[in-house]
Amino acid sequence: MKNELGGRAAIAGIGQTEFSKESGRSELQLACEATKTALDDAGLKPADVDGLVTFTADETEEAELARCLGFPQMTFFTRVPYGGGAAAGTVMQAAMAVATGAANVVVCYRAFNERSGFRFGGSGMAGPMASMPLWLSWYLPYGLLTPAAWVALHAQRYMHEYGATNADFGKIAVVDRKHAATNPNAWFYERPITLEDHQKSRWIIEPSLRLLDCCQESDGGVALVVTTAERARDLRQKPAVIAAAAQGSAWDGEMMTSYYRDDITGLPEMGVVAKKLWRDSGLTAADIQTAFLYDHFTPFVLIQLEELGFCKPGEAKDFATVENLSLGGRLPINTNGGLLGEGYIHGMNGITEGVRQVRGTSCNQVERVEHVLVTAGTGVPTSALILRRE
Amino acid sequence: MTMRLKPSIGRDTQFFWDGVAAQKLLIQRCSGCGKLRHPPRPMCPHCNSLAWEAIESSGKGEVYSFAMPHHPPLPFFEYPYIVALVQLEEGTRIVSNLCGIDPSQVKIGMPVEVFYESFDDGVVLPLFRPTQEKP
Ligand SMILES: [Zn+2]
Repeated sequence: MKNELGGRAAIAGIGQTEFSKESGRSELQLACEATKTALDDAGLKPADVDGLVTFTADETEEAELARCLGFPQMTFFTRVPYGGGAAAGTVMQAAMAVATGAANVVVCYRAFNERSGFRFGGSGMAGPMASMPLWLSWYLPYGLLTPAAWVALHAQRYMHEYGATNADFGKIAVVDRKHAATNPNAWFYERPITLEDHQKSRWIIEPSLRLLDCCQESDGGVALVVTTAERARDLRQKPAVIAAAAQGSAWDGEMMTSYYRDDITGLPEMGVVAKKLWRDSGLTAADIQTAFLYDHFTPFVLIQLEELGFCKPGEAKDFATVENLSLGGRLPINTNGGLLGEGYIHGMNGITEGVRQVRGTSCNQVERVEHVLVTAGTGVPTSALILRRE
Repeated sequence: MTMRLKPSIGRDTQFFWDGVAAQKLLIQRCSGCGKLRHPPRPMCPHCNSLAWEAIESSGKGEVYSFAMPHHPPLPFFEYPYIVALVQLEEGTRIVSNLCGIDPSQVKIGMPVEVFYESFDDGVVLPLFRPTQEKP
């Protein structure tokens, strides 16, 4: 089947607020600021926008955002489920909308006060719960309560089967913080870490995840402007063309607790996404110059390298050296510092970095970028996209 | 530990918790194709049959994976505690706690067996401990 989506849409504008621990303003305001910045970046006006896509997890109503920005009318609005797994999915939905004419200019947005407001992994999660969702009833009574703990059961089995160690996971944290150190927009700007710092950080979930294996929590907002590749060509910025975009779920998956598959050391949702991206784009892992690999927890970055075909299952611990993954290496990843180093805006700040790499405007610019891969949250049904130059 | 978060019970999962209250560990078995499944669901993904019965597990299995959560601290848990993913000898897996063992001694593959513990508010949970008899 011919891929009808690749090359037809582009990201024409990006916008973000500062990434902080306490924004001091409403999530709606963060969404407004990011959206206005993204439209200004693209050289478009609110009146040009006729579509919106966000996460099901986002608190900002489309209608509220439209009232604030003054969108006169919209012809397309939808939401993508599964937390951070939605990130690239929002762009895929927007690309489909502009490619089919359902809308002309679609804004994808995500804004939250995840640090100063409701915290996903906070002890508040364990507070009095009027009725625990059924699927969590298999986990919460046993104290398996947080995203870190859910990931840890996978990570421990991965360590057992492949001989990976917590220090192998730590290399991802070192790379992310190295890149964050030279990104003024990163929370951890000018604060790199060593592997020794990582190994000295306290256990969050023993013996697989330390504090520095877990991404930070942030307040902030990000918005992306998606339009047709043709229209993007005439706008203010160099377009980041969407060469391929895919969502993926896989057999017998749960939300972060897919413990019942024959093998629990992989991320088969990302495998589904990867197959589709490579098939639709005609590209392979070797064609990617830099990637943003969703790094809520470091072990899943290693597993993504395997699912995406950068190395074979179990070999990521050898492939993922600090040198290989840093600027100047074989596959520089998370050049903005990632969710660990820059900020945790549910993966949307990885897409903005992908756009900057295509434009040539990253703080940690990779040379001769043709194609950038950006993935979304893992352990859940997920998504990813490949951006390319015009 | 005397308090635990109370599991929600729905139409598809009632039998499991009824079993636990009677100190039985039940696993759903498809009446169409005979495959086992856990956690319970109304339809078999292999043959789409809605018919099923519950079989009683021996309660024996081995540790397939484990974790010791430390942070954020919860007021009603005694630390350290071990969450184990147990592979039952019937073939399905279940998440529970592994008790009665020094955390440094936990190994993937170690044999474990079920026991039952009552908590405040009428909560009964199936928990696991290292197998006591010689294999
Ligand atoms: Zn069946």
